[in-house]
Amino acid sequence: MSILKSSLSPKSEQFTANRAAHEAAMDAVKAAARTALDGGGESARQRHVSRGKILPRERVSRLLDPGSPFLEVGMLAAHEMYDGAAPAAGMIAGIGRVEGQEVMILANDATVKGGTYYPMSVKKHLRAQEIAQDNNLPCIYLVDSGGANLPNQDEVFPDRDHFGRIFYNQANMSAKGIAQIAVVMGSCTAGGAYVPAMSDETIIVKNQGTIFLAGPPLVKAATGEEVTAEDLGGGDVHTRLSGVADHLARDDAHALALARRAIASLNRTKISSVALQAPEDPLYDPEEILGVVPADLKTPYDIREVIARTVDGSRFDEFKARYGTTLVCGFAHIHGMPVGIIANNGVLFSESAIKGAHFVELCSQRKVPLVFLQNITGFMVGRKYESGGIAKDGAKLVTAVATTSVPKITMLVGGSFGAGNYGMCGRAYSPRFLWTWPNSRISVMGGEQAAGVLATVRRDGIERKGGSWSADEEQAFKQPIINQFEEQGHPLYATARLWDDGIVDPRKTRDILGLSLSAALNAPIDDTRFGLFRM
Amino acid sequence: MFKKILIANRGEIACRVMATARDLGIKTVAVYSDADAGAKHVAMADEAYRIGPAPVAESYLKTDRIIEVCRQSGAEAVHPGYGFLSENPDFVEALEQAGIAFIGPSAKSIRAMGLKDAAKALMVEAGVPVVPGYHGDNQDPAFLKNEADKIGYPVLIKARAGGGGKGMRRVDDPKDFADALKGAQREGEASFGDGRVLIEKYLTKPRHIEIQVFGDSHGNAVHLFERDCSLQRRHQKVIEEAPAPGMPEDMRKAMGDAAVKAAKAIDYSGAGTIEFIADVSEGLKSDRFYFMEMNTRLQVEHPVTEMITGEDLVEWQLRVASGEKLPKKQDELSFSGWAFEARLYAEDAPKGFLPAIGTLEHLSLPEASARVDSGVRSGDEITPFYDPMIAKVIVHGPTREAALGKLLASLEATEVAGCVTNAGFLAALCRHEGFAKGDVDTGLIDRDLESLIEEPAMPEDAVALAALTALGLTKPATGNDPFETLAGWRIWSASRQFALLEIGGERHDVEVHALGNRRFQVHLETGARDYKLIEVAAGAITYDCGGHRARAVVADGKKGLTVFLGGHAYPVGLPDALSADEEAGGAGDQLIAPMPGLVKVLSAKAGDTVTKDQPLLILEAMKMEHTLKAPRDGVIGEVLVAEGEQVTDGTILLALAEKSDAAA
Repeated sequence: MSILKSSLSPKSEQFTANRAAHEAAMDAVKAAARTALDGGGESARQRHVSRGKILPRERVSRLLDPGSPFLEVGMLAAHEMYDGAAPAAGMIAGIGRVEGQEVMILANDATVKGGTYYPMSVKKHLRAQEIAQDNNLPCIYLVDSGGANLPNQDEVFPDRDHFGRIFYNQANMSAKGIAQIAVVMGSCTAGGAYVPAMSDETIIVKNQGTIFLAGPPLVKAATGEEVTAEDLGGGDVHTRLSGVADHLARDDAHALALARRAIASLNRTKISSVALQAPEDPLYDPEEILGVVPADLKTPYDIREVIARTVDGSRFDEFKARYGTTLVCGFAHIHGMPVGIIANNGVLFSESAIKGAHFVELCSQRKVPLVFLQNITGFMVGRKYESGGIAKDGAKLVTAVATTSVPKITMLVGGSFGAGNYGMCGRAYSPRFLWTWPNSRISVMGGEQAAGVLATVRRDGIERKGGSWSADEEQAFKQPIINQFEEQGHPLYATARLWDDGIVDPRKTRDILGLSLSAALNAPIDDTRFGLFRM
Repeated sequence: MFKKILIANRGEIACRVMATARDLGIKTVAVYSDADAGAKHVAMADEAYRIGPAPVAESYLKTDRIIEVCRQSGAEAVHPGYGFLSENPDFVEALEQAGIAFIGPSAKSIRAMGLKDAAKALMVEAGVPVVPGYHGDNQDPAFLKNEADKIGYPVLIKARAGGGGKGMRRVDDPKDFADALKGAQREGEASFGDGRVLIEKYLTKPRHIEIQVFGDSHGNAVHLFERDCSLQRRHQKVIEEAPAPGMPEDMRKAMGDAAVKAAKAIDYSGAGTIEFIADVSEGLKSDRFYFMEMNTRLQVEHPVTEMITGEDLVEWQLRVASGEKLPKKQDELSFSGWAFEARLYAEDAPKGFLPAIGTLEHLSLPEASARVDSGVRSGDEITPFYDPMIAKVIVHGPTREAALGKLLASLEATEVAGCVTNAGFLAALCRHEGFAKGDVDTGLIDRDLESLIEEPAMPEDAVALAALTALGLTKPATGNDPFETLAGWRIWSASRQFALLEIGGERHDVEVHALGNRRFQVHLETGARDYKLIEVAAGAITYDCGGHRARAVVADGKKGLTVFLGGHAYPVGLPDALSADEEAGGAGDQLIAPMPGLVKVLSAKAGDTVTKDQPLLILEAMKMEHTLKAPRDGVIGEVLVAEGEQVTDGTILLALAEKSDAAA
């Protein structure tokens, strides 16, 4: 295979400046991450621990195999939403190994508003389930939740992708043989009661976990009956009388051990459908990524510098290197797993799009997973290109990306604007995972361009009516639009709304992709049937 | 010389004999019991024969079966090793009748030395000094008092039929003699139905010094100098050395001459040891040593003699037994330097030297710095059927100090996991001030036992390494999957992981943060410390903590981990939340047999209220009585065994009632 050669010097001034800018961008993410890691704050955590309960992140750690990585998804969900009331949307989700198998773990954080479901909590829960379903990962739910967040019930309860979908997914995953294991470690009220009830196997902690459709206050209001939570739906009741739960655990630690035992008996083997190689570090240190990527999205750079710091041995077999050069396509290995990489190296032209579609066809034929390194301002515009049929060539790429059956993983390494987002496997194209760098921006178009378009329309309207519009007036009109795009295109805004699965440290790109690929390979790769390509 | 010999033994001595036989081009035949089918001595031999089930009476002591194997294999001679049949004159005669040579002395010599009193009388006759005393039939108190006065005080009055300290009196002052005599007679009468006593000189500070002798069938006998075996515990030798510290040349000569005289007195042929007791209350003196007994075989501790003389005693045995003359004459023999031997045993020194059994899950013997005679390999098992010796660690140095330093270093480099050993105890002995000065006597170990078996507190580095190992963080990445290779990986946080360790019966929940690049923060009792793993290879971990670089080995076994750090072994349990113990509400509610044995005494019954550490049961195993104590305060719920019952290890002997029941 061909080995990429870097032409950058880590000692250059530019390199140092780039790094500083990336580090500043990461500082904001780190601050957000600290908030997420703290959950409901110190006093809520103290209260939780004083009840003999283990904190949710510790529960996850103790559930995992010793040393297992944890590929957390939606870590910054609900960031700065709901007046900051729901760090991490009140739950932890991610993939790790339990008894040697990759599983999806979903843990409510009862220190955050009693673990109740905000709209983003529901979205995060469903996204985690979607990942589990697409990648054939058993699910372990560590339940400790008061159910729907009542003040937000309109955005939590009625719609298709609301609370009820959680149980729909559980039933359908179970039907597909994707194990659903619940560990009731706290309350599990009303709708929440269905999480353990809908699971294949359920564990409940003695004198701590409760499952009931209506809690003691509601029961008293409805029927006048006075009953304690434990007598109404405690572990003893459910493992001895009702059969709603299967195993009674002494405490959190024992419950987690029982969950591990349940996973151990799933009788599953991960059968890889791809030809694996021994993994090899890149020749170029991934640490250097911060220095090689310009801080300003407008500065062009060779995406191969990133690929060289991502793939095994920095080896990259490029496809059609001389054609459609603004889209770089080629084969490589990441952590020993074969991938086809599609990476932007400038604006998309017809040739680039056609080349990309061809390469997706190749990977689909060979069942090689696809990795998209997305940094795209969009397709080329102008009369020459429209008449050249750039829309239909772009459509070829979008069709190929939309309909291929191979696992797709998207890493947003720069801009994600307009139709470029579609062709490069944006969220709507169901990549198995979508990760984003702290310096990325996402919007239908750039803020400047959007403001420009809207200003032009406005000026035309004013001038048609015989009015005039000064440059100052125009700037005053444009600035709020530019600000809005900048705010809404920021990765923290995006990740808070779960438009992606998380912001990542660019230096960890290789590891994130490796873990994502490994998780994705739990599901067999089907044959692809493409849609019609407009010729 | 023989062409093929059979070794009627097992373990290290069988291997030791085979090594020399192989050097001399002699083929070797091993015999084995069912328990030893996969043993090292079987693997080492040219051929091997099964002789019976595990118990020694049905295998290694089966004379007829061994002779049968000699016939089958065509072995011309039998080397008995030590123990088993090595001093059994009937066996020697049976071999003789079968036309097979015995690599050892004649049956007659063995018999002559077999009965202690008769042997002593024989020695007196031959002019070899014995402990002054009166062993005669005259029991008149005045006569006995007179004898005691002649011997000189202190004296010991012993019931002739006695044992176990019964009917024994030490007399320091002549005026106390009459009362002590009455007491001894009374006890002898009561305990053994025999009131007769003997009088012996009481040695206040005795040393055990023995002389290696060799004789041949041509009437020659030489000695190969002395060994000092004063470091003993319950008459079991612990560390032996040669030469004896502080030995004056005239005394060495006197002892050597006496030993050769003794050997000649019984026409001794082969390797033998004359054991003397020396009175060192006033230092070593050439007229203060006394014959104790003769061992008519190769001794366990023979290697120290080999190390200082450069002679191969097994080779000598083979030559002499095949009819050759002794390889060297007395004036051709000399010694140089100093040698020590330490006996590494599977035994739990702090728990009263309880013999241990188990699989040697990890075994690293100090072969780089010492001669190691061992009959086991990594993965082998120490069974309850035989002597639980793991190895003999033997060193030689130009001076005593140098050799002792080497012994300590070798013991500190010894790594055994899977069963407890006395390595820590042996190392503590090497550090003992008196021993280092050569100021030894047979009472040394008992006097300082407490400090010698003191277990050091587990250092925090060892706890940290155990935690990292338990979490799989020290493993060099195996496998190719990033879920295997990216240990402890997280996106925006250090991974917080928790290792549940059991150290000295206590649970520790150790928190570990992975900081990346093989760096970890471990939260220990005195605070958080950062560790960097420099190199990890096959369990050996080189790490850095606060600029201090060190190396440790962590062995992973069925029962948990063993951390070897700074010459100590620290066992660490890894509690399993799902184990039966945990289900039963934690350990400590049951008394479990620590080894196979016989329930000798049962001193508790259901319903008894007991306090923690109250003796409940005596288990007889490995010829020793082990007292098992109550694990906590409580009430006996159930007794599951009866006196006289044979139990296997792990048997639940009795159960305490649940605490709540006891309170009710």
